Amino acid sequence: MRLGPGRKLVLAAALCALAIAGLIWVTVAVLHLTADASGRDTAAVLVLIWLLASGGAFAALRPLADLILRAPMQLAEETRIAVGDSGRRVRPVGGPELSAVAEAINELAARRQALEEDVAAEIARAQARLEADRNRLAALMAELQQSVVVCNLDGRILLYNQRAREVLSAGAGSEPVGLGRSLYAVFERGLIAHALDQVGRRLRAGETAACELVTATRAGRLLRVHLAPVAGEAADDGAAMGGFVLLLDDITAAFETEGRRDALIQSLTEGGRGPLGNIRAAAEMLSAYPDMGAEERGRFLAVIRSEVEGLSARVAESAREYARELTARWPLEEMRGADLIAAAAPRIAERCGLPAKTEEVDESVWMKVDSFSFLQVLCYLSRRLRDEYGVNEVRLALSAEGDHACLDLAWLGTAMSTETVMSWELDPMRSAGEETPLSVREVMERCNGEMWFQRKRASHRAYFRFLLPLAQARRPQAAAPGGARGSRPEFYDFDLFSWSEKSHVLDDRPLADLTYTVFDTETTGLEPSNGDEIIQIGATRIVNRRLLTHEVFDQLVDPRRPLPRASVEIHGITPDMLVGQPAIGAVLPAFRAFCADTVLVAHNAAFDMRFLQLKEAATGIRFDLPVLDTLLLSAVLHPNQESHRLEVIAERFGVSVIGRHTALGDAYATGEVFLKMLPLLADMGIRTFGEARRAAEKTYYARLAY
Amino acid sequence: MTRKILIADDEQNIVISVEFLMKREGYAVSVAADGEEALTKIRAEKPDLVLLDVMMPKKNGFEICQEVRADAALAGVRILMLTARGRDTEVAKGLAIGADAYMTKPFSTRELVEKVRELLG
Repeated sequence: MRLGPGRKLVLAAALCALAIAGLIWVTVAVLHLTADASGRDTAAVLVLIWLLASGGAFAALRPLADLILRAPMQLAEETRIAVGDSGRRVRPVGGPELSAVAEAINELAARRQALEEDVAAEIARAQARLEADRNRLAALMAELQQSVVVCNLDGRILLYNQRAREVLSAGAGSEPVGLGRSLYAVFERGLIAHALDQVGRRLRAGETAACELVTATRAGRLLRVHLAPVAGEAADDGAAMGGFVLLLDDITAAFETEGRRDALIQSLTEGGRGPLGNIRAAAEMLSAYPDMGAEERGRFLAVIRSEVEGLSARVAESAREYARELTARWPLEEMRGADLIAAAAPRIAERCGLPAKTEEVDESVWMKVDSFSFLQVLCYLSRRLRDEYGVNEVRLALSAEGDHACLDLAWLGTAMSTETVMSWELDPMRSAGEETPLSVREVMERCNGEMWFQRKRASHRAYFRFLLPLAQARRPQAAAPGGARGSRPEFYDFDLFSWSEKSHVLDDRPLADLTYTVFDTETTGLEPSNGDEIIQIGATRIVNRRLLTHEVFDQLVDPRRPLPRASVEIHGITPDMLVGQPAIGAVLPAFRAFCADTVLVAHNAAFDMRFLQLKEAATGIRFDLPVLDTLLLSAVLHPNQESHRLEVIAERFGVSVIGRHTALGDAYATGEVFLKMLPLLADMGIRTFGEARRAAEKTYYARLAY
Repeated sequence: MTRKILIADDEQNIVISVEFLMKREGYAVSVAADGEEALTKIRAEKPDLVLLDVMMPKKNGFEICQEVRADAALAGVRILMLTARGRDTEVAKGLAIGADAYMTKPFSTRELVEKVRELLG
């Protein structure tokens, strides 16, 4: 039979009591004997007996000590573990009393776990909401026709949209607009400061604070700027500004349009005075002096004739001009004709149940059209053809003629009377199921076009021909750089609100807080000191621990020297790709501007930096920015690894490299590797720029020279 | 004594009418087809009146007007400016730099004759 701890306790206590009772009895008995026999070794016997008794008592009390002291300590240890990990529970130890305590502790732990799970779920929900909001904001920003830039009070950009980048970009591979970049690369500081002063004054006066200004950008665009404050953390006066929003309108084009319209009016009024004066004078001579000779009369008539001809031509020209201006006022899109037809055919088939085939389509035709209304016209006419003439198929064709695009909606057979065509043209299209009160005529007027009915007897074909103004063929828009890498551009970062110009000394700043330009170069060879040259620079940026794959510098460079065959095999850049590319002297200023105010990061940075520095004397552009090297940092993190080549460490960090050995591809990979390194460095106690720099300097690789 | 009038205008179509008109009105008429010729003829012929067009090749009407007014020997020359531009700022400028009268095209020939008479009266 096993005894429980409780029983053991009772038994041990009983044994102890028995032992002490025995001891007292033995002591009394011995004392009694010595009194009788005055024994000699009484003391020794007594000591022996007491020793034996102590040993017996110790043996009996040991389990007792275990029970009272060890079990609670065990419980305490397990409780501490459970404190650290809310999923853990304590095991019951010791007697029932301690078991009860353990149970209570487990109950507490379970409650805590449930609470923690609730909080985590709540946080996850909030984060999901936030993420959804962010996505909505990003989508909104992307769709906005207006340019939006949000800055903190230092003029650092923390949000911008694609439109803003288009409006503000200066071209030449440089990137004046980017998260964390200074707005003053684009606008004059004084101008914004002045506007902010105004806004601040109005805020304090409790007025509507936004202000308007018109300015030219450094790239020569004329912008109307609407500047409004973004509320900051509430201050005592309740009107603190945390930053500001700029809404930008590129009014260059509007300005030009207005200018053209003015010139038109000017040329009609002022330009008409001279010829009119000449005609009037000649006419008055003719009527005032009827006695003049035939020759003189002929001269005056000739004056009138030639001036009237001139005036007529001028009026006709003005009318053409004016028509162009009018067109510009409607929201006409410039659209590829083939795209319009591609949209029209399925729509006719679907809405009218009428098969629509595409015939000859001139792919090069671009036209100006209100495509929405025009598609309604095509559907409306098709439907009436089907309903009223039993037409069972229509065909679409597109060609260009002079200044116009000709779009034909053709069918076989049936001709129609002019009256019918007229009524179809003038009826509101609502009559055939299109939801618009507009008539075909109105839409065509709006598009500055014409339409008529025509028929080719020979081929039994009838068709409506639509004449629409041609637009300049637009060059296909270059895909957003880096667009392949994640669909949503990183166009905002509200954490930048808390940024301050009053930065600490760089060495003391946490690595995670710095802004980096991660870059790579491709070169003609490995010996910069021996005449090898840069042929490509690719760079991207890291702001607030995010790789901004849409803010890139990507530029080929004409090395002005032959390209060794061996190098072509590495980077895949062939001599013909470099024809017409700028020389390094033109590229470095733009690249230096791209890098402004950042820490440079490169893999084996010493190599790239050497190339840049060798150009300093010739270009006057100094790359005196702080530098971090992912090769050295890899050696800091994994000193026992054999290879620190970019593809090897990328694999080690689970980074997939797209476009290895293109400068931008390698820059992306380097940036991602660098971001993965940051937490590992922090685990090693390397948190600031200074600590990273010093650690890197100590590695073996830092001692290599180029 | 016959009064002399110089017509300074590069536009043949107005010169034909004005020349005819002024001759019919009994004036001695000469014609200059650009600014430099006009100035030369003003200096050589010392006309009583110049009908001066503003927009002319080589020298415009304003310049000629200023040079004539700066030359004491030409103090008696009257200037009637004719222009195809109707901005009142231009009228003000012409009168300010010394034109005696200003007419904007298209003008009435009757008014022109009256104005000429008035200036030479």
